[in-house]
Amino acid sequence: MPTLIKDGKVADNTWQLIAKDFELEATLNTNGEQLLVPLTMWQEHKIALQESGKQIGVWLDSDDDPYELANDAADLPLVAVNFPVFRDGRSFSSAAILRERLSYKNELRAIGDVLRDQLFYMKKCGINSFELPESINAEQALHAFEDFADNYQSTVENPAPLFRRR
Amino acid sequence: MYSYDAYDKQMLEDRIIQFRDQTARFLAGDLSEEQFLPLRLQNGLYIQRLAPMLRVAIPYGCLSSRQLRKLASIARDYDKGYAHFSTRQNIQYNWPVLEHVPDLLAELAEVEMHAIQTSGNCIRNTTTDQFAGVAVGEIEDSRPWCEIIRQWSTFHPEFAYLPRKFKIAVCGTPNDQAATQVHDIGLYIKKNADGEVGFQVLVGGGLGRTPVIGVEICDFLPWQHLLSYLDAIMRVYNRFGRRDNKYKARIKILVKAIGADAFREKVEAEWEHDKDGPATLTQEEVDRCKAFFTDPAYEDLEDTDPAIEEAAKKDLLFSHWLERNVAPHRKAGYRIVSLCLKETGVAPGDVTDSQMEFVADLAEKFSFAEIRVTHEQNLVLTDVQLKDLYTVYQACKSEALATPYLGLINDIVCCPGGDFCSLANAKSIPIAESIQRRFENFDKQQNIGDITLNISGCMNACGHHHVGNIGILGVDKKGSEFYQVTLGGSADREAAIGKVLGPSFAQEDMPDVVEKIIDVFLDQRQEGENFLATYQRIGIEPYKESVYANAD
Repeated sequence: MPTLIKDGKVADNTWQLIAKDFELEATLNTNGEQLLVPLTMWQEHKIALQESGKQIGVWLDSDDDPYELANDAADLPLVAVNFPVFRDGRSFSSAAILRERLSYKNELRAIGDVLRDQLFYMKKCGINSFELPESINAEQALHAFEDFADNYQSTVENPAPLFRRR
Repeated sequence: MYSYDAYDKQMLEDRIIQFRDQTARFLAGDLSEEQFLPLRLQNGLYIQRLAPMLRVAIPYGCLSSRQLRKLASIARDYDKGYAHFSTRQNIQYNWPVLEHVPDLLAELAEVEMHAIQTSGNCIRNTTTDQFAGVAVGEIEDSRPWCEIIRQWSTFHPEFAYLPRKFKIAVCGTPNDQAATQVHDIGLYIKKNADGEVGFQVLVGGGLGRTPVIGVEICDFLPWQHLLSYLDAIMRVYNRFGRRDNKYKARIKILVKAIGADAFREKVEAEWEHDKDGPATLTQEEVDRCKAFFTDPAYEDLEDTDPAIEEAAKKDLLFSHWLERNVAPHRKAGYRIVSLCLKETGVAPGDVTDSQMEFVADLAEKFSFAEIRVTHEQNLVLTDVQLKDLYTVYQACKSEALATPYLGLINDIVCCPGGDFCSLANAKSIPIAESIQRRFENFDKQQNIGDITLNISGCMNACGHHHVGNIGILGVDKKGSEFYQVTLGGSADREAAIGKVLGPSFAQEDMPDVVEKIIDVFLDQRQEGENFLATYQRIGIEPYKESVYANAD
């Protein structure tokens, strides 16, 4: 079972991740009460999902356009951005777009091939929860958020770049 | 020079602790080879043919004498007593031991240096013209702007896992010695009618497998918007740059695929949101950075010196050196001196620990303790008094640093090639040497005049062969090393990509091939023409005919 870090603490993962090839019916028949569905399923079956009585979150793959959630961002309890392989850095931008452009306020989660050594950067881009692979010890990984005391840029986490603060 | 404050120092200390931990986890087996790869690359560490190679950043080519001394002692203590200046104003160590790299980085940090983002798919060391701040006719000193970009690009959280490497050059000089147009982003500093500073922004330049000259997407970007505009370009690239094929992953491929206009629209759509936002540069920050690059304590001097003129009359080699390696300075009585690291028999760009210490001494005595590194793999003392030139020359001579052929055919730009690099298809250093030996006669070199000859050992083009007037590329043909020749490349303001001459040549033929090319030029040139001008007038055919005349 992958572990979760949320808002700087190790937490239980109560959401069930629905893979891209899942059918709607199978999805709605799962026991989970909180389902994290792929963007295409959300777009195709939004009403059925909303009326299912379950809580629905949406996950974006690295090549999905985060602007597709422009009209939903205010209502979704969870959006996740996938890192199919840790070298694929597109989801850093997707996360920033969700926060900055779509004003998404709720939980933003990194899923997939998440490296301990990327957690610091992910948090700067507005990601506040992290589904970690089993190989990573979540307690130890918490230290990753202290890798750097500060950063130079304007970020989602702190829009004021260092030059406005130093 | 820029000097670190508590924030910059902390950032560097944090990085060393982080990398020490990453190295330990890798050695303990907690990080896989694949996971460690981008982490070590973003610290400049390659695993090469014989040993790891560590590339240390020299931000926009500026070094203090103290830093150069540290680079020398590192070469002695962690390496085999020498190091290599690369074609991107960086320095490379060829023989460090992985386990010792964190200690090496800690030593570098003592002098505010590092290997951050000198490799990997991230924003690399920002480069500029080595004459920034002292060039005659300079529009604006690029160094403060480079420092602003250095800070913005260092540990940028959104852009550490780009599709591919990303290089930015800034140029504020009329001549452009920064190869600005063949960078992923090239920034030419401009002033508008009101004297306000801004940037002409070029994107999509680059060498490698597909050489391209950058295209303009903004003709005047007011300075306040520099970082927000760069953020917008990077975001478009990070999102839409290809990731399925590493040979098609550079920004140039994206720009070509969608076209400059469509690319500009995407950038502007992105930029619209951030323009005038918190990333907007403040006058205060620009002033803070500019304060590090004020004039040193120049004296008011005459711009002539009879004693130097006299020495030049008596010492022919010195007069050659004056003509080739000494450039005018914007301040009367001062000159810019280039030390050419191209002694025949030494790999281009290589220096020993004692040579580095010697140059540090020289800089302290004669040039306000600062040194510049050039992308042509030479060193520069920017502020030498005219009266000291002969003393400096004689001292350099004793250290084999006074070769008087800057910008001549033997001032070859050359990557480490197959002797060191695991990416190379062919050796490059022995080719450089064989050509240098062929043109060893200085009169011959001088007669040929201004020319650039660049050699790369593979398509990655670290030797910038595409933009050499003569370019040489090592290729692998059925397991043997062959060399392809291009003509007409140029890295200056009129940048051009060289054209392939024809089928490639065996290693031993290369000096003959180059000589034939030169002979065509000498035969055909008209009054006042340099190699490139003649080539541009007569085209490639005459060279082709001569070189392949007797081919079987």
